[in-house]
Amino acid sequence: MKYHPSLGSKAFDVANYIILSLLVASIAYPFIYMFSVSVSDAREVALFNVKFLPKGLQWEAYKTVFNQRETVRSYWNSILYTSVGTCLAVLFSSFAAYPLSRKKFKARSIFIIIFTITMFFNGGIIPGFLNIQRLGLINTLWAIVLPPAFAMRNIILIRTNFQQVPESLIESAYLDGANDWYILFKIVLPLSKAILATIAVFASVGLWNSYFPPLLYLTSSEKAPLTIILRRILVANEVLQSGQDMFMDSRSNSIAYQGKVMSIRMATIFVTIGPIVLIYPFVQKYFVKGVMIGSLKG
Amino acid sequence: MENILKKKQIKSKRRHLSRTGYLYDLKMNYNLYLMILPVALGFIIFHYLPMYGIIIAFKDYDLIKGYMSSPWVGLKHFISFAKDPYFPRVVRNTFILGFYSLLWGFWPPIVLALLLNEVKDGYFKRITQTISYFPHFISVVVIVGMMMEMLGPKGFVNNLLNAWGKDSIAFFNDAKYFRMLYILSGIWQGIGWSSILYLATLSGVDQELYEAAYIDGANRFQRVWHISLPSIMPTITILLILNTANIIDVGFEKVYLMSNPSLYETADVIQTYVYRRGIINKNFSYATAIGLMNSIIAFLLLYVANFISRKKGETSLW
Repeated sequence: MKYHPSLGSKAFDVANYIILSLLVASIAYPFIYMFSVSVSDAREVALFNVKFLPKGLQWEAYKTVFNQRETVRSYWNSILYTSVGTCLAVLFSSFAAYPLSRKKFKARSIFIIIFTITMFFNGGIIPGFLNIQRLGLINTLWAIVLPPAFAMRNIILIRTNFQQVPESLIESAYLDGANDWYILFKIVLPLSKAILATIAVFASVGLWNSYFPPLLYLTSSEKAPLTIILRRILVANEVLQSGQDMFMDSRSNSIAYQGKVMSIRMATIFVTIGPIVLIYPFVQKYFVKGVMIGSLKG
Repeated sequence: MENILKKKQIKSKRRHLSRTGYLYDLKMNYNLYLMILPVALGFIIFHYLPMYGIIIAFKDYDLIKGYMSSPWVGLKHFISFAKDPYFPRVVRNTFILGFYSLLWGFWPPIVLALLLNEVKDGYFKRITQTISYFPHFISVVVIVGMMMEMLGPKGFVNNLLNAWGKDSIAFFNDAKYFRMLYILSGIWQGIGWSSILYLATLSGVDQELYEAAYIDGANRFQRVWHISLPSIMPTITILLILNTANIIDVGFEKVYLMSNPSLYETADVIQTYVYRRGIINKNFSYATAIGLMNSIIAFLLLYVANFISRKKGETSLW
């Protein structure tokens, strides 16, 4: 079937393209602007000459960011929390999803009810905080990585996928004497790589961006992840001590100093979202997949 | 007759003991139980213990005495919240912010999906999707930080205003801008991502419908209005019901990060108040009571929205 576009239809297309292009521009522009500021000459930044493309290329701001002890330490913390938390989330979700996907597992419905209730009811901020406190997990890695590892949403996604593994495959493994652990690790998990990747991607983005749990549970700044440090720099407007020393000499020149502070703040933003920017094009399909299956299943 | 009944009873008893009981299942499938055990424990520790902790809303929680031994006080905390001088302000702010977020934030993703569905050029469509989904994955700290950079006293917008000979606007020190900034940044961050579901539904619409409408002389706009829109109506209803609960459950992290005491007139919502009273002032019981009230209202909103939708004969959650 071929459509013969009328004049009105062509006008519709033109208007549509213009609207969508404007939307894309308004979403992309802040990122481009901030990146340009982060790599532009301090003077040009302070005089507001950088509007779109960088002027007077420099990478000093990024060097400063990576020379700040606190930023680097929080970067490592974020990497640690994200990787441990993601592994736990995938592992525990699979451990729950496999029994729940087996028809012979009699207690299935009991566990499903127990897990599903948590999707609709939770204790809230204060009981959650007191719980972590009473467990003695304050200021430990576990307060950040354990609670999100137990999420029914992830279990549902993985279970749906496990159910699609051919029953005959599992039956024959049983007949050959394999137990459930062997079947999970050697047969079911290798066949479910796509969904595991989806869960891992969602979990790691969530952990990398997590702000409120670290604010509540991590009291020492030694343990702070990047988001906490970022808030101090961006929102509370602090200039980190070690960063300040880096350009003490340029302080006399206050315009250049202002520009430099701005560049450093922008550079910090890009260092934070850097990993997401880098992996985003490759994992985008998993994101979309995740939201689709998630919604189909409720 | 009696004999048969007795026989049946014995039979069913025996079966219960042998082939269908949970104990038998435990023995046969102990690996499955072993596998799910740590997860069940995790759910109990990190989900059910906090739920149990809600009882302190009806007690005067004492750190040393713990949940059990702290004295019961009934509805004391709920009553004192109703008398709290900040009660009208936080409730009003929460509802206004939530309602406006729904009012202004709900339809842009629908429009975007309808527009994207009309794009025939696959390349352009993909680029638009990729870029518009991206902000969803950025930490709320970065979003607020970016806003402060762009709108701050030395930020992009104020520099532009100054260049045009206008006065700077103190976006983050004037309570009247807070709601607008909160909602606009929410749209900016979420418009692409929220459109995915609608787009997916649209891609499943039978192309013959469009062809038939075309032959009948419907123009582009009419095809969108009479075919695309009705076909995503069930999705719209479901998401609208789900979002109704968010009228009171506003995004706490973002409000907290954006607000400062000079904005409390519009920016202090129930959840931020809970945080201040509970974590900062250590009024654990009082803050738990407020949080519980918040959750109950959220659930009621969801229930009522679902009820209305079901009465009207449209899609409903349950």
